[in-house]
Amino acid sequence: MAYADTEEILHDPHTFITKYVWSQDHKVIAVQYASIAILVGLLGLALSNLMRLQIGFPGVFEFINAERYYQFVTMHGMIMVIYLLTALFLGGFGNYMIPLMVGARDMVFPYMNMLSVWVYLLSVIVLLASFFVPGGPTGSGWTLYPPAAILPGTPGHDWGIILMLVSLVIFIVATTMGGLNYVTTVLQARCEGMTLLRMPLTVWGIFVATILALLAFPALFVSGVMMLLDKTLGTSFFMPALVSMGQVTGYKGGSPLLFQHLFWFFGHPEVYIVALPAFGIVSDLISVHARKAIFGYRTMVWAIVIIGALSFVVWAHHMFVSGMNPWFGFFFATSTLIIAVPTAIKVYNWVLTLWRGDIHLSVPMLFTLAFILTFLSGGLTGLFLGNVSVDIPLSGTYFVVAHFHMVMGVAPLLVVFGAIYHWFPKVTGRMLDDRLGHFHFWVTFIGTYLIYFPMHYLGVLGMPRRYYNYENYQFIPASAHSLNVFITVVALFVGAVQLVYVFNLVWSTFRGRKADPNPWRACSLEWATPDTPPKHGNWGAKLPVVSRWAYAFNVPGAKQDFIMQNAALDAGGVEEQPKSYGASS
Amino acid sequence: MNSAVLPQAITSEQRARAVGTGLWLFIGVATTLFSLFLVAYGMRMDAADWSPIAMPWPLWLSTALLLTGSVLMHRAGRAARAGRPEAARRLLLAGGAAAMAFLGSQLWAWQALIDARVVLAGNPAASFFYVLTALHGLHVVGGLLAWSVAVPALAPALADEPSATWRIELCARYWHFLLVVWVVLFAALGWLTPEIVRFICGRG
Repeated sequence: MAYADTEEILHDPHTFITKYVWSQDHKVIAVQYASIAILVGLLGLALSNLMRLQIGFPGVFEFINAERYYQFVTMHGMIMVIYLLTALFLGGFGNYMIPLMVGARDMVFPYMNMLSVWVYLLSVIVLLASFFVPGGPTGSGWTLYPPAAILPGTPGHDWGIILMLVSLVIFIVATTMGGLNYVTTVLQARCEGMTLLRMPLTVWGIFVATILALLAFPALFVSGVMMLLDKTLGTSFFMPALVSMGQVTGYKGGSPLLFQHLFWFFGHPEVYIVALPAFGIVSDLISVHARKAIFGYRTMVWAIVIIGALSFVVWAHHMFVSGMNPWFGFFFATSTLIIAVPTAIKVYNWVLTLWRGDIHLSVPMLFTLAFILTFLSGGLTGLFLGNVSVDIPLSGTYFVVAHFHMVMGVAPLLVVFGAIYHWFPKVTGRMLDDRLGHFHFWVTFIGTYLIYFPMHYLGVLGMPRRYYNYENYQFIPASAHSLNVFITVVALFVGAVQLVYVFNLVWSTFRGRKADPNPWRACSLEWATPDTPPKHGNWGAKLPVVSRWAYAFNVPGAKQDFIMQNAALDAGGVEEQPKSYGASS
Repeated sequence: MNSAVLPQAITSEQRARAVGTGLWLFIGVATTLFSLFLVAYGMRMDAADWSPIAMPWPLWLSTALLLTGSVLMHRAGRAARAGRPEAARRLLLAGGAAAMAFLGSQLWAWQALIDARVVLAGNPAASFFYVLTALHGLHVVGGLLAWSVAVPALAPALADEPSATWRIELCARYWHFLLVVWVVLFAALGWLTPEIVRFICGRG
């Protein structure tokens, strides 16, 4: 069967292997990406619980020695930031949503897309292999700062750090292959009528985040390659002349600061690689579940673009304690605080979208609202830490742990949860269980506040982060220890409840209530596929034609409270054009 | 065609545009990568243990070979567009051969350095030299992989294939980029001094 709009015949995969394993279908690849990411994320969660066991009950669990503790810290951080959040937002949501939301049959380079997910799996396997090599995984902290990372005395300085760096380099190859696909698909494969400024904000967020990934990961690649050479072949890119454990090393003249610059030139945009897709998804969820057009669509798009651009000129705010010329500190503090402006615009627009909206407190909406609160509190502490003079005393304390977990740990994960509750019916054709969803939401939302809010207090009290054992420090009062016990107990409970969520995912995939093709009555194209879940090729015989934006909710005079993006033009609900264009048309 | 191979559900014209856009993006990624390496190179230069190395003369031959390859590829693209598939084919093969000769010449330069006892871990300038030339070599190998896909598309039996023209033109674009990167790298490796870096950083 030849499609009217294609020159080539679309072959459907027939065997199980081509359909679900070596698949080139973006939807299958998305599910593969997401499944791997969630599985490795559960490991990251387990590692954090092991860390909490040590902090809450020091010495009780003898197998958690100092070495293992630092390995847990490192692997938890790296897994959560890179192998869970980055892979899930770009590889999972990017793959699933971009072609469906812009009206394409697939990514433009399906074969490369398939390679991307398998190379990602390889990077995860190499990462996990480091648990089984002599010396175990690296315990240098997720920032992998040299010289400590590759010197004796740091856990996993032998094989662990090598496998970590190799895994990162492989991951970057996977991300680049995926990223070229996502950006090119957005630029070249949109259906008729889908202008850039009609794309749902989810696509905008993922699109700009992918560009950031393409430009930021090379910095990690460069630092990873040079550190590998320092470790294995004895070069001195980052390693200064030093004596280690009484032994003179062969290193000389290298610059650890150079590594920090390269690492954070990647590391800071990485925050927004995770945050921008979350911003986009939240905007769409809020609009659908409040039955109201997103407030200020164009400012939302511009805010995403400006945040993305600014994220490349703030990296040194992670290095205030490393010391720098005061003028540089001034510059980076200023640029950091300026990012708050477009970010605040986004928060105002979300709140203004809710204003007089028809708010449905569905599970996705609950997670969305929780995101706004969490992101706000995490973002405000970012304003504190962006100032050099405030950052320096707080940088080594739990205040920073609280800040970054709120802003780039919990907040994006709440969006991941909300988004999965929202799009699960499209992916599987079944609804997730609502009661389990509510239970999962309230435990996760309240639980994460109980975990991280007290950490601000511990930080201001001066409790240092990164320590293995907090006993016998006079300045840490007994009350801080009981607070640590409390945090640990809550963390274990919240961690266990995530298994309920995993159960919900698995159970509902096979036994959930059958979903309507458009259960949330949303306007965007992914809900307009002829089949649910969409079949290979997405659109049946004919590509959709788009006549309006994705936010035509409660249009006066319309039959329903929403108008699909691909409904005929005379159904109304076309987005407002800016005045300058409107006058001439 | 077996079921494992899924043809793209887009027209060949769309595919040409998509691959072209993808190549520009990849050039952006590679530019970022090499720029960051050069920034690292400049920053590392500031340390006290810096001592420059002399550029081995085969590098000039390499430069000439890459320039030739770039010109040949450019002419291959022009010939393909003008409807002269046989000439385009010969020029394309010659352009690829020039790139392979470039790799050989680079290895010769490495040998010359090793003979002069300049080794990877010996001094930071040498470390950067080997790493950057190796990375650029990999970059050339990547181009040759894409080239090896374009060559069969130009076999006489397939000369009417519409994808042949844009494949050659994209090869030409990639070869120009290889040349630009190499010239910048060569200049930086050979003639960038700590004094110039300090001047650029406003500390001269």
